[in-house]
Amino acid sequence: MNKVEFSKKTLDKFKSVIAKYPEKGAALLPTLWLAQQEFSVLTPEVEEYVAGLVGVSPVRVQEVRSFYTMYTARPLGKYHLQLCTNITCSLLGAEELLEHLKKRLKVNCGETTSDKKFTLSAVECLGHCGTGPVIQINDDFHESLTRESLDKLLDSLK
Amino acid sequence: MANEAVLTKNFGTKNSHTLGVYEQGGGYKALKKALTGMKPEAVMAEVDKSGLRGRGGAGFPTGKKWSFIPKDSPKPKYLTVNADEGEPGTYKDRPLMELDPHAVIEGSIITCYAVGIHSAFIYVRGEYVKSVQRLNDAINEAYAGGYLGKNILNTGFDLDIVVHRGAGAYICGEETGLLESLEGKKGQPRMKPPFPAIVGAFQGPTVINNVETMAAIPPIVNNGGEWFNNLGAPGVGGGLKLYPISGHVKKPGVYELPMGTTLRDIIYKHAGGIRDDKKLKAVIPGGSSAPVLRADEIDVKMDYNSLAAIKTMLGSGAIIVMDEDTNMVKTLKVLLKFYAHESCGKCTPCREGTGWMDRIMTRIVKGNGHISDLDTILSISNTIDGKTLCPMGQAAIGPSISFITKFRNEFEDYIRKGRTN
Ligand SMILES: Cc1cc2nc3c(=O)[nH]c(=O)nc-3n(C[C@H](O)[C@H](O)[C@H](O)COP(=O)(O)O)c2cc1C
Ligand code: SF4
Ligand code: FES
Repeated sequence: MNKVEFSKKTLDKFKSVIAKYPEKGAALLPTLWLAQQEFSVLTPEVEEYVAGLVGVSPVRVQEVRSFYTMYTARPLGKYHLQLCTNITCSLLGAEELLEHLKKRLKVNCGETTSDKKFTLSAVECLGHCGTGPVIQINDDFHESLTRESLDKLLDSLK
Repeated sequence: MANEAVLTKNFGTKNSHTLGVYEQGGGYKALKKALTGMKPEAVMAEVDKSGLRGRGGAGFPTGKKWSFIPKDSPKPKYLTVNADEGEPGTYKDRPLMELDPHAVIEGSIITCYAVGIHSAFIYVRGEYVKSVQRLNDAINEAYAGGYLGKNILNTGFDLDIVVHRGAGAYICGEETGLLESLEGKKGQPRMKPPFPAIVGAFQGPTVINNVETMAAIPPIVNNGGEWFNNLGAPGVGGGLKLYPISGHVKKPGVYELPMGTTLRDIIYKHAGGIRDDKKLKAVIPGGSSAPVLRADEIDVKMDYNSLAAIKTMLGSGAIIVMDEDTNMVKTLKVLLKFYAHESCGKCTPCREGTGWMDRIMTRIVKGNGHISDLDTILSISNTIDGKTLCPMGQAAIGPSISFITKFRNEFEDYIRKGRTN
């Protein structure tokens, strides 16, 4: 396996990040973000590398990584479909949309389609309740969903 | 009558998030006024007079909170702006950060000046990628414009602001969970005391304020505390509030209205009433943790004291509206699953209690519930009540107790029907 290492560009970013905090360890969350952007998956090797950079124990990195839902230790599909199933979205029909997605993609929550294109997750309130139901796909939000608009959206993702 | 827009006044302007447009609309005037013409104590006095109370949920008077920070501290002092916005139903801080990031930044700089702080962090929930970008862009502009960094506006005042992105955990909205997360740890709340005002971020005295609280500071400095206070409803005061309303209304949205506007007016006058002209069944008035209200309870004024008087709370001001067809059993199940999922696990009553309530509700929804389950949930709720490390325990039992006591017949019917088929 290749040695886990940031590219020069990411390393520069890391250096400017760590300089912003009064304690090195505080840079752990932003460094995990950089690592996830660079390596996609936060494997134990990546965790160990990050631990070395930030100057904390690998166990602390693992603890922190697993506490937060947005860090991932397993590969995700090309598109991570995160449907909000919290209160407002569920009042507006999110549950039906979730069932529809499960059927259409033939996966359960937390699973990835066999072509690695989609990972499906049901998530908590995404802060877009006024335009629910809402789905976050990678970094983008899609609002006021209906079954039809959701289907169209998935069709458009190549 | 059109309401005065203060916090939302820039929302409709093109490129409102950029420095030039912000300055054209009078942006950074308050900062100049404070830094060049007012002593820190004078700024604090205006905020006191404004009646501004924290918009993050607990409603603590902002000026008073600032006054707890020791004047002389051997450790550096910090401001952390709470942009975690995780309370279900709440979506008011995001438009402030996306459409008016400079207002949040200007408010933060003035706060730091008033309290004598030279380092601030804005803790933004991980999902809000656009907010993070807009804030970072605005911060860069502010540095270039001389509003941040060393010797701000040639007054000798220094301040740095850093945006810190979270990574998905509701509990990081709780102020001490937020501090842990800022320090690069799991977001598990701290034991209090010591309070953050004494030992906060990096062991230094720390002010923690919500995004909306920060955005209210520049207009208060510009126009005076009394002016802001008078913008609240007569006899209520406390300024304007952002009320994000969602659910079964015709016109969901974030409405900026006088503190103390009645819940009925917000639902029927501003948000257009119930979709398809159905009947109203229930409303949560202050984010998912606020005890639910029945349709006959909506003549209440939306302010801290009026809502507390009917045993609920203003919280984040997020209004969630449920029409007559809403299934209260399933809705409570959604909420209890949320709290069970988000309990940080540090203390037993919350960790075990939320999980247990969630499992009972799952059974009930599946049709395998017992009538006695309802009393079990109430008794678990009572066990959580007041016995948890952080207010999250309280947040979880707001819905459980209120849903079951106010809609008990519906719960019993559901259980009976479920068990017969
Ligand atoms: C479980 C929990 C979640 C919270 N989430 C948030 C949040 O997302 N945003 C926020 O500003 N305050 C949140 N709070 C309130 C904060 O602890 C704190 O009171 C607030 O940020 C202080 O700022 P303010 O005085 O300006 O309201 C939360 C509290 C609890 C107990
Ligand atoms: S009340 Fe819940 S969220 Fe708060 S510290 Fe205890 S377990 Fe964690
Ligand atoms: S409940 Fe779905 S975005 Fe808030």
